Amino acid sequence: MEFDFADQQPKLLMLMYGLIAFVVVVGGLLLLLDVVPAWFARRREAQLVAASASGAPITRRLKQREGLFALFFLLPTLLLLAIGLVVPAIRTVSLSLMDRESNNWVGLRNYGWMFSDDSIVRVLVNSLVWVLLVPLVATAFGVIYAVLVDKARFEVVAKSLIFLPMAISFVGASIIWKFVYAYRGEGDQIGLLNQIVVTLGGEPKQWLLESPLNTLLLIVIMIWIQAGFAMVVLSAAIKAIPGDIVEAARLDGVSPWQMFWQITMPSIRPALIVVVVTLSIGSLKVFDIVRTATNGNYDTSVIANEMYNQAFRYGENGQGSALAVFLFILVIPIVIYQIRNLRQQREG
Amino acid sequence: MAVFTRPRQAFAIAGVLGLALSATACGTGDDKKSDNAGSAECAAYDKYEGHDGKKVSIYASIRDAEADLLERSWAQFTDCTGIEIDYEGSGEFEAQLPVRVDGGNAPDIAFVPQPGLVKRFADAGKLKSLGADTKALAEQNMPADWLKYGTVNGTLYGVPLGANVKSFVWYSPKTFKEKGWEVPTSWDQLIALSDKIAASGMKPWCAGVESGDATGWPATDWIEDMMLRTQTPEVYDQWTTHAIPFNDPKVAEAVDRAGTILKNEKYMNGGFGGVKSITTTSFQEAGVPVTNGKCAMHRQASFYANQFPEGTKVAEDGDAFAFYFPAIDPAKGKPVLGAGEFVVAYADRPEVQAVQTYLASGEYVNSRAKLGNWVTANNKLDIANVASPIDKLSVQILQDKTGVFRFDGSDLMPAGVGAGTFWKGMVEWLNGKATAPVLQGIESSWPK
Repeated sequence: MEFDFADQQPKLLMLMYGLIAFVVVVGGLLLLLDVVPAWFARRREAQLVAASASGAPITRRLKQREGLFALFFLLPTLLLLAIGLVVPAIRTVSLSLMDRESNNWVGLRNYGWMFSDDSIVRVLVNSLVWVLLVPLVATAFGVIYAVLVDKARFEVVAKSLIFLPMAISFVGASIIWKFVYAYRGEGDQIGLLNQIVVTLGGEPKQWLLESPLNTLLLIVIMIWIQAGFAMVVLSAAIKAIPGDIVEAARLDGVSPWQMFWQITMPSIRPALIVVVVTLSIGSLKVFDIVRTATNGNYDTSVIANEMYNQAFRYGENGQGSALAVFLFILVIPIVIYQIRNLRQQREG
Repeated sequence: MAVFTRPRQAFAIAGVLGLALSATACGTGDDKKSDNAGSAECAAYDKYEGHDGKKVSIYASIRDAEADLLERSWAQFTDCTGIEIDYEGSGEFEAQLPVRVDGGNAPDIAFVPQPGLVKRFADAGKLKSLGADTKALAEQNMPADWLKYGTVNGTLYGVPLGANVKSFVWYSPKTFKEKGWEVPTSWDQLIALSDKIAASGMKPWCAGVESGDATGWPATDWIEDMMLRTQTPEVYDQWTTHAIPFNDPKVAEAVDRAGTILKNEKYMNGGFGGVKSITTTSFQEAGVPVTNGKCAMHRQASFYANQFPEGTKVAEDGDAFAFYFPAIDPAKGKPVLGAGEFVVAYADRPEVQAVQTYLASGEYVNSRAKLGNWVTANNKLDIANVASPIDKLSVQILQDKTGVFRFDGSDLMPAGVGAGTFWKGMVEWLNGKATAPVLQGIESSWPK
């Protein structure tokens, strides 16, 4: 098709207006953030120089200025935090105490529903299984792999093999694994797992239909993706262990086993905690894998998936919000632990 | 620290960003109506005149090829009246529509396939009731059965648009002829035929209910058809409005009756495996074995005609066609299960009302039907404009004044049940769970 400029004139004109408006607004903002603070900084510097030159003490006014200056930088962040995080969080909490249409207050009824409805209890249990297994197995796998390939030949190749799945999105990975678990009643199997079973003389199975096996099979997908992350972080930590410590231990004649438990593990403890915390939060929030692979059917649903279903598909705003609040509450202790840890490290 | 050392650099970066962003932005051209607006072809559109250059946005779940046909169907309307229709189709329609409406970003018009959702928006005061012109036209053109489903608390909010007939069993006329099988006209004949086919070594039925995040819906259609066949239409209405509980023995009877076919290992699941393979077989694939001799029958709506592989002749003497899903007791009449979408408006600007009126008119339904692959309950539809044999059959069934028509029950129920626990419950049921606990679970999820 020919592109006729004359025909598209109104659109091109619109495009030009848009461009000009964008340059003015964004350019203006950048200018403001660039020039204004710089100007303030120069002026303050001049004042400080003048103040110290004249020998006068630095006044309170000047210090107040500093506060204003900080506020100028903090304001956008605080504003965005309020709009994007604080207000929605408060709103979600209040919605969770209301009915389906968010018209009437119902107290804790939605929370009561959450713990009394069998299918939702099942969802909570599933989430618990996820948050226990994923960090544990992925981290363990990461540590073992990192130790084994450390300073080995082809270390880079071996590490990239494990790290590659990280580059695949959760949805993509789930689709790949859905094929691995695929089942054909007649003819050739197209699923890797069933083909292995058939080759070994077994009957093909519909893997994703059998609870609780299916939840474990979905967890495998998450571990497959995340083990690489654990391995990379932990491998870096292992490499950062000071050489003289390792050497001293060797001179003392430790066995590899003792080396692992008494030198390596304590040395990489901070990195281990970071990995476990990140994976815990990640597996509490897991949504894409379950939605893509089974859509929460066959008893595989998790909190985030159920929250989406309740709030957006079933129009149960109260119940969806209650699940969201519960998820939020579950994440809080993990975050607090992480913050305390960071603080201790800084002090230590 | 200054981020950019020189303002000039900041401008340069802003400029580049601007280019990148604006490349993805859309222009808002104000196309006016074309020159032939006064011509004879446009005479039919005179009553919608006076809104030249206005825009109306439409949001629906119809996408891809179907959406192209939709846009072509109102091209002349746009051409003649100058009302520009901005159509958007989404696969996440049901989930996104409430988000858009509650977020103050409602489309002017939406095609909603669930009366339950229409009711929810009407109750929340988000919908505009139909304008006088639209209402008059709708009452004139539409069967009362259908108008009922667009009515909430006595006010008409939705005009039925497209429709489909669900009480169909797909089969291969060629295979039936070769093997000397007769198209059954009663339930007993249907079961006798199934047994005969099963004895011949072929699986008589195939089914599949996998449909992404809507997995389970084809099974609910089975149950609805069974409710209409084992019970009276009145009981069906009680069921969909929760006047009787979901785990009522009458519902259990219907579900068990569906189970005599769906959960029968001897009948299921041609080309895919055992009964359990129903839940993992996609509904698009499920009926295809009818054409390759792996199964004999597949219960699915009229729109399944589009799912057959290219080159399949869908006709009474072709590779695939459908017969009416027989009634258990033909003396009680021919119940028909169907569905369709309703045109509802979130704005009452004159041009929006004009579009809504137009969509209810005979001119529109015929212009859409001529493009093919479409059926409506609108009685202004001239059957001569319907090309495909299955669509013709559907129109005959829809326009049959003696038939008892009922709308898809799960679409009438609250979304938490109709698009939630009912779907999930059916998946569990097909996966081996017994009828009673499944129905009990659905009942306990019905919003109080």
